[in-house]
Amino acid sequence: MADLPDLTATEMLAALERGETTSRQLVAASLERIDALDGRVRAFLSTRGDDALAEAEAVDRRRAAGEAVGPLAGIPVAVKDNLCTADGAPTTCASRMLADFRAPYDAAVVSALRDAGAVIVGKTNLDEFAMGSSTENSAFEPTRNPWDLDRVPGGSSGGSAAAVAARMVPLALGSDTGGSIRQPASLCGVVGLKPTYGRVSRYGLVAFASSLDQIGPLARTAEDAALLLQTVAGHDPRDATSVDRAVPDYAAAVREADVAGLKVGVPREFFGRGLDAEVERLVRAAVQAYEDAGATVSEVSLPHSAYAVEAYYLVATAEASSNLARYDGAHYGHRSADHQDMIDMYCRSRAEGFGPEVKRRIMLGTFALSSGYYDAYYLKALKVRRLIKQDFDAAFARVDCIMGPACPTAAFRLGEKTDDPLSMYLLDIYTTSANLATIPGVSVPCGFTPGGLPVGLQIMSDVFTEHRLLALASVLQRTTDAHRRLPPLLGDGDGGKGATP
Amino acid sequence: MSQRTQRTVETVVGMEVHVQLKTRTKLFCSCETRFGDVPNSHVCPVCLGMPGVLPVMNREAYRLAVMTALALGCRLAPRTKWDRKHYYYPDLPKNYQISQYDMPLAEHGQLEIETPGGGRKTIRILRVHLEEDAGKLTHPEGDGNSSEVDLNRTGTPLMEIVSQPDLRSVDEVRAYCTGLRQLVTYLGVSEANMQMGHMRFEPNINLHVTEDGRTFATPIVELKNLNSFRAVERAVAFEERRQLDEWDERRVTLEEAGKTTRGWNDDTGETFVQREKEEAHDYRYFPEPDLVVVEPEAAWVDGLRAGLPELPLAKKDRFVRDFGLSEYDAGVLTATAEIAEYYETVVAATDLPKPAANWVTQGLMREVHERGIEINSAGDFPVVPQRLAELVRAVEGGGISKQAGDRVLKGMIETGRAPAEIIEAEGLAQTSDTAELEKWIKDAIAANPGPAADYRAGKKKALGRIMGHIMKSSRGKANPRVVTEMLEKRLAE
Repeated sequence: MADLPDLTATEMLAALERGETTSRQLVAASLERIDALDGRVRAFLSTRGDDALAEAEAVDRRRAAGEAVGPLAGIPVAVKDNLCTADGAPTTCASRMLADFRAPYDAAVVSALRDAGAVIVGKTNLDEFAMGSSTENSAFEPTRNPWDLDRVPGGSSGGSAAAVAARMVPLALGSDTGGSIRQPASLCGVVGLKPTYGRVSRYGLVAFASSLDQIGPLARTAEDAALLLQTVAGHDPRDATSVDRAVPDYAAAVREADVAGLKVGVPREFFGRGLDAEVERLVRAAVQAYEDAGATVSEVSLPHSAYAVEAYYLVATAEASSNLARYDGAHYGHRSADHQDMIDMYCRSRAEGFGPEVKRRIMLGTFALSSGYYDAYYLKALKVRRLIKQDFDAAFARVDCIMGPACPTAAFRLGEKTDDPLSMYLLDIYTTSANLATIPGVSVPCGFTPGGLPVGLQIMSDVFTEHRLLALASVLQRTTDAHRRLPPLLGDGDGGKGATP
Repeated sequence: MSQRTQRTVETVVGMEVHVQLKTRTKLFCSCETRFGDVPNSHVCPVCLGMPGVLPVMNREAYRLAVMTALALGCRLAPRTKWDRKHYYYPDLPKNYQISQYDMPLAEHGQLEIETPGGGRKTIRILRVHLEEDAGKLTHPEGDGNSSEVDLNRTGTPLMEIVSQPDLRSVDEVRAYCTGLRQLVTYLGVSEANMQMGHMRFEPNINLHVTEDGRTFATPIVELKNLNSFRAVERAVAFEERRQLDEWDERRVTLEEAGKTTRGWNDDTGETFVQREKEEAHDYRYFPEPDLVVVEPEAAWVDGLRAGLPELPLAKKDRFVRDFGLSEYDAGVLTATAEIAEYYETVVAATDLPKPAANWVTQGLMREVHERGIEINSAGDFPVVPQRLAELVRAVEGGGISKQAGDRVLKGMIETGRAPAEIIEAEGLAQTSDTAELEKWIKDAIAANPGPAADYRAGKKKALGRIMGHIMKSSRGKANPRVVTEMLEKRLAE
């Protein structure tokens, strides 16, 4: 058997079932790997050493006693640090504003994980309040890409993606508002799925843009992602926008995956300027693999996708400016030690508590909602949003899914784009449409650049067809070994180039 | 002087009224709506506005608001949504209030009010919408640097009812406010307890001054947060005078000055310019993304409409028409749904609507007011309507006199006993026993020689004094009809 942390969650569960290992061993191995590597990767903002081990032992006792255990019993998982946990660990959103915030409630997905027997080993880094595409906007520290420590892991769920890529945990939860699961999944070479809006309860997810935010799984395989999504998907009466609709058997969909007769659409707008040639080559090769396996591939058009980034940055910032209004130092969170009066307390607390990107977005959003500008910006963005949705509806009338790149480039160097927010925003060019259209999307590893950096294929399909996305992702994983490669960090010391075990 | 002789001044008032709905829990979370408890004891992560929590609409609050809208004859929106209204204040933990901006749950209704001359007037309702209340800030004395926040009230469901500027006088404003209170209590959608602040009034007032054929509108003043009928009346009356004085002094029109906000000082009896809330000028409304659009089902709405109770003025009209009551008595008997229900139960048991009205409005109301209780049909009210009906029947059927009836009623309230028991125990049944009556008559004439002589001299009115004596000495037992006959015969001898 391989090193314990190198197992997928599915393999871990099988090993547990067979009595070949214990949850304690799995969790301890996960914590050891975090200990060994995270000084360099910095995927985690907090870990739960002893508590996690105690929970693992409790699961082992139940299993040993023959009691029923949940579907993720004993499996170490990580959650993004914008998901509230009532276990005493802080929920910081990688912001000074919430550096000491301890939530008195578990997010719905966290409760679901606990009910399933999963052991949360720690909380992962992110761009502050999930605003960013590189995890460099974390107020505490940037996370590094396990494939090249000089490069970013993507963002905002960079900590979760890096933790899975570095095999610290087999499963992690992220959140995706404009690509924040799929883009880091692409840059870190893991599977990352953004579910349909309403598929997963947002209760306890610290809101960035409420109409776009969705929580989703990151894992090394589609099979594992299916396992995690199965656990967190479903209706929650505490989230009015969560949809009361039966959750399909995702594992079965993955097992029965078949591409015969599948109609794949390739949007011509996703292969234009700004797309890295190497990324394009790998993505087209992946599409070819589906065609080889029996799918029909045709070109489709999403004419309004050209405006997706613009519409996204209006809708998202408008909602963010409202959602973040509550952080004022009055009731909880950072309060400036030095203030003259109430207004001054608000101003200073927010000035000190928020980082530059968060402030930029609050200002953008406040402007977009201001009287006199509302119609020209926010309302217009909503119209574009509807047009984008119509584009997808039209496309899905012809094809079963849409394939393209998740991100125009592979992982870039730390600091490369930090002085140019617009170039950073343009990294979201292929991902924001799915959030605006509320449809699901997945990024699945489809190969490596000559420099050894992973690249992801993005697949999108109609609302509530996550089972199809997982099945299709698993089909690609049968034909490539991209997900089996070890990052150099874990490999045989070949100096930063991708290595095969 | 000449310019004054041509002048007419019309008061123009539109009302915004906030009504606290009678729900067990808050509008967007399951905290209880209870006040007067330890500060911050009815709060949860949702109403505290903590990170990541989400609001869920209280369906009962929505139902109560829809009932009110239907009773006001409003057009119900087929789709209604929620909006966020932003302003920074420590009593509003999210720094936005969830309200309804451009798609209120109902629009275009009307409320009929009674005008002072006894007429009726229809006041158009512009809109009805729901929103959450804010918390309460208190400023401890002797400490200018800190405030205390109690968030128990945060998230309490409020229904805002906005009228068109159809009110033309202080009297009409009062009639509108009391009419609205009567309506919401009839519907049972609010306790409408004024002392508890369940109703808050914001009149928008200005004057239309016509001078020499030209009409000028004075700047509109919104009076904030008045919470009693008396405060509304006084504040509107004060504004009428103040705006006219200001017009005479400065001649500033609505077009020039627009709308301002003023507060009311109940101690000085004056309105005053109020400092606007921070950023009050731009609330940056936008659709609340955490809540879904509400689309009421037609069948559900039809059910609510069918279940609406008879409204106050309709009931009053029916009492006048069917029971032959005076406008005044009908008004008293329809003041609350409880009184009306009580009265109708008595009528149903006696088929004596007018005597029943008299017993309820006079005897019973006086007695219960003295005891500080309200008429209702509940089990703990000392005189259930069926018992009062027995009393009405006893008096009207000649079993006891009116005076004896008063004593019986007192006894019923004090002891809770049935009228028959009291009549029996106190020997109040009327007697027509001639021998006994003869004795009372003889004594009465002897005790009132003056009135007896007067009667004989043709002053028929003098009989009343002697009758009074007889009723008193018989403790109400003497049957007045029989006594009158006998007395007249005796005096004519």
